Amino acid sequence: MSESNVGKPLDRIDARRKVTGTATYAAEVAVANVAYAVVVGSAVACGELEAIDTTAARKAPGVFAVLTHENAPKLPTANDKSGHPDFKILQVLQDAKIFYADQPIAVVVADSLERAQHAALLVQPTFHAAQITSCQLAKGGEEYKPAHAGNRGPTDTSRGDFDAAFARAPIKIDATYTTPVENHNPMEMHSTIAVWQGNDHLTLYDSTQGIFNVRERIASMFNLPKENVRVINHFVGGGFGSKGSPWSHVGLAALAAKVVGRPVKLVVSRIQMQSLVGHRPTTIQHVALGCDAAGKLHAIRHDVTSETSRFDEFVEVAAVHTRMLYACPNVVTTHRLVRLDVPTPTFTRAPGASSGSYALESAMDELAYAAKIDPLQLRIANHATFDAQENKPYSSKSLLECYRRGAEAFGWVRRAKAPRQMRDGRWLVGYGMATATYPARQRPASAIARLRPDGSVLVQAGTQDLGTGTYTIMTQIAADMIGVPYERVTFELGDTTFPETPLSAGSFTAASTGSAVKMAGLALRDTLVALAVADPRSPLHGVPPLALAAADGALFVRERPQTREPLHAILARTGKPELTASYSSKENQFADDYSMHSFGAAFAEVRVDEELGVVRLARFTGAYAAGKILNPKTARSQYIGGIVWGAGMALTEAGVRDARSSRIMTRDLADYHVPVNADIPNLDVIMVDEVDPYVNEVGAKGIGEIGTCGAAAAIANAVYHATGRRVRDLPITLDKLLGDSRA
Amino acid sequence: MRPFSYERAPDANAAVKAGSADGAMFLAGGTTLADLMRLEVLRPRALVDLGGLALTAIEDTADGGLKIGALVTNDAVAYDPRVVERYPVLHQAILAGASPQIRNMATTGGNLLQRTRCPYFRDPQVAHCNRRVPGSGCAAIGGVTRSHAILGTSPHCIATHPSDMAVGLLALDALVHIHGARGPRTLPLDDLHLVPGNHPEIETGLQPGELITHVELPATRFAKHSHYVKVRDRASFAFALASAAVAVELAEGSIAEARIALGGVATKPWRADKVEAILVGKRPSLDLFVQAASAAVDGAKPQDGNRFKVELVQRTLIRALDEVMA
Repeated sequence: MSESNVGKPLDRIDARRKVTGTATYAAEVAVANVAYAVVVGSAVACGELEAIDTTAARKAPGVFAVLTHENAPKLPTANDKSGHPDFKILQVLQDAKIFYADQPIAVVVADSLERAQHAALLVQPTFHAAQITSCQLAKGGEEYKPAHAGNRGPTDTSRGDFDAAFARAPIKIDATYTTPVENHNPMEMHSTIAVWQGNDHLTLYDSTQGIFNVRERIASMFNLPKENVRVINHFVGGGFGSKGSPWSHVGLAALAAKVVGRPVKLVVSRIQMQSLVGHRPTTIQHVALGCDAAGKLHAIRHDVTSETSRFDEFVEVAAVHTRMLYACPNVVTTHRLVRLDVPTPTFTRAPGASSGSYALESAMDELAYAAKIDPLQLRIANHATFDAQENKPYSSKSLLECYRRGAEAFGWVRRAKAPRQMRDGRWLVGYGMATATYPARQRPASAIARLRPDGSVLVQAGTQDLGTGTYTIMTQIAADMIGVPYERVTFELGDTTFPETPLSAGSFTAASTGSAVKMAGLALRDTLVALAVADPRSPLHGVPPLALAAADGALFVRERPQTREPLHAILARTGKPELTASYSSKENQFADDYSMHSFGAAFAEVRVDEELGVVRLARFTGAYAAGKILNPKTARSQYIGGIVWGAGMALTEAGVRDARSSRIMTRDLADYHVPVNADIPNLDVIMVDEVDPYVNEVGAKGIGEIGTCGAAAAIANAVYHATGRRVRDLPITLDKLLGDSRA
Repeated sequence: MRPFSYERAPDANAAVKAGSADGAMFLAGGTTLADLMRLEVLRPRALVDLGGLALTAIEDTADGGLKIGALVTNDAVAYDPRVVERYPVLHQAILAGASPQIRNMATTGGNLLQRTRCPYFRDPQVAHCNRRVPGSGCAAIGGVTRSHAILGTSPHCIATHPSDMAVGLLALDALVHIHGARGPRTLPLDDLHLVPGNHPEIETGLQPGELITHVELPATRFAKHSHYVKVRDRASFAFALASAAVAVELAEGSIAEARIALGGVATKPWRADKVEAILVGKRPSLDLFVQAASAAVDGAKPQDGNRFKVELVQRTLIRALDEVMA
């Protein structure tokens, strides 16, 4: 294909609509006669509802209904998640049990949002409150072994003989690292408008990362054929994993709409988002590393304990990358869970890979100091050219180039060997680095390309654009494949009536839906070629198909570009209103033969005001190789967004619960500290060229999450280099650096 | 949000009259009140909008000070050239707080009367909060206390006063002009806010219906030599973990007069008069600042989650003194 668009830093197609406020998000869709629903949450985290008095709420002005477990329609299949381990057990008013604070216990529906909010305050629940057992992950808690490490393979792995190798290793690190709850807090709050057509057809406008997931879950909940449920979602204001599978509010909106007999809009409040839509679970991670004097790793052990809820399971797969990241013959990894009186955790940007890399890459840093080896050299000395866990070569791997380019751009060579040696006035200065990795996966996806009589092309796939640039890159791919100008292609997404695609998650949208769009475009071009060369009326009649190329809306003979025919002329002769071609891509066909991952190197400079404990991220360089970069502009935004997440993880973000009540006390964005602009310096992103012939049809490995990986560790390692203090508990807030003595 | 009545007061007398009604509250910039009404923490039955009152000017006073109308926005105060020039600590303290959007709405009087950020106060599903429900207890004690006070606490409340501006004003000997049913009166700012004691629900010395009309900055020799240092959990848009406002007058190499106020660590904007007493008459030195700062935390009562503030506030104060002398 001619690459006149793919690989170019094109502006987002939807940029103007977003900045002018004309991009319509789920809650903004104009639906006639809509009613407003507000979720009432439980004050207690454990026990049962004793009674719930809705008399006053029902009598409040404008109220259509107050749903509770006593009057809500029964949904016997509400929590049937068969075949979908990633679906969550939901709380849709089916019983009186309470498992976590803020759990939905009632839904108030009224003719305005304000009236619904007001009536929600009049609902009077009483509880048989039980004392919570625990909401804090702690060493020595009651652990259990989950059946799998989520969807990422076995729970535990062991190769070689860790114990013997660790015992023999002359240089060792054995340390425990902890990470807190992180809340996703996308700008757009989760929202659903549910519109029933009769008793058995439902349309949902839903802010989701996976419209087909929502369709499947809600169809099953209401016992409908899935074709009877349509989910529409044209824009999403961020998801980060929290919109990956439907949460209770989606079912509640549909339930409420059924009861009141009119469309219902339900927007989860910012406060409720800290409890109702998942979170990154707390982890306790034990890492033991042993190396020889040259820094060569002989033993790696990574034991992860993370929290889950009392009623459902989520595993933070923090040790899975440790299995393959470094060349080492003796490796043990384990994952354990502890049940707490908390809501169910979920996928959070770079699940496992970010929290796990903080622990592993911190331990690697500690090992480098113990071995008196430059931390970068230690990584290079242990570079793996082969995935020893999967017993496969890598489909491509440019990590050494990432190390080299990143170090050069960052100026790693200026790093003082020992901690506390670099200073700028009051500020201690420190450099830190870490390796980043994230898997490159592909999921089955479908797309359809349509050539229209005016020569324009419409491409449709049911994917989502979370703000990442999906509209833009799919348009670029389609334009290049079909040979029409970028401006003549329209890409539509976010509708379950379009061809099915996977959710937008796992950094696999470009790989999955991108491949389907590419191949559908190619199929459309092949159709046009076949029509033209077979038709005596075409100037291209009889030309061997391989001699033809497509560009600027026409097919032409590559050697004689003046011999050409516009695509719309080919369509016109068929007498059809449009020509279409579809394609369904599979999971990666080379996945059995190759291990597929993105890799990168993260370098951070921090400044620490030691007297006050204040840490500032001063510079950050990330060098990443992730296969083909479809659009360097949207790619850079993905990378820097990921790095900002890493900075928040390292320095500011923590969801904090009251240990007595399990209520989350960081309930808004004033108390839950995402980094603000002033916390983030210019972020230097280097995209290392990489060609991967195996990874998928478009050659892109995915970039949505790798920026977060390694970033927290690089920053934490820089804090150590600056101060000589190793903080093994995130986030590194100033109290952890104050110490006892004044500088 | 509960239903409420709304009226816009035409003048101060009318405002005082309407504001004296049971369940009435004044509405100025609304940055605290609207937020807490939406959270159902505050449930006024009547809002008296002060937006029509002529309290929007910053005037020079006869003695060379400034009189700031209660409705002057925070940013307008911060960027007033006279404030920048003559009261640098106030300029710095205001800009260390909130965000430009909030500062463009928030008013001088409202800033002083903003409510605590204690998460237990702000969560109406928490049953025990003596400020919100008098006599109900204090859930913060024994809970998540990172943001809480170590000074001026009581067994009934440990909530921190969140204002930066008030801390700056306290170091400037600001006076608060009040209008009430019995006419005008003036309070030193330090007497406006009350420590919680046995009645955390009574936060100020204002009587029902009393209205702050102006904040007066007297002309002092120390005001021009003043400085604010704020330490927080991120670079901007976070409440203080500790802050220090310092104003000093030097004479012949010694400290002739000093004003020290602390924020983020106390139940009200905290005047550290013991520190001032140690500083006065001495030549500035790091040793002196360290010694003086230790007096700031005499009697401090930290909780499990904020023990670090005992050290942090001293270091913050030392930093502020060090920088104001530089």
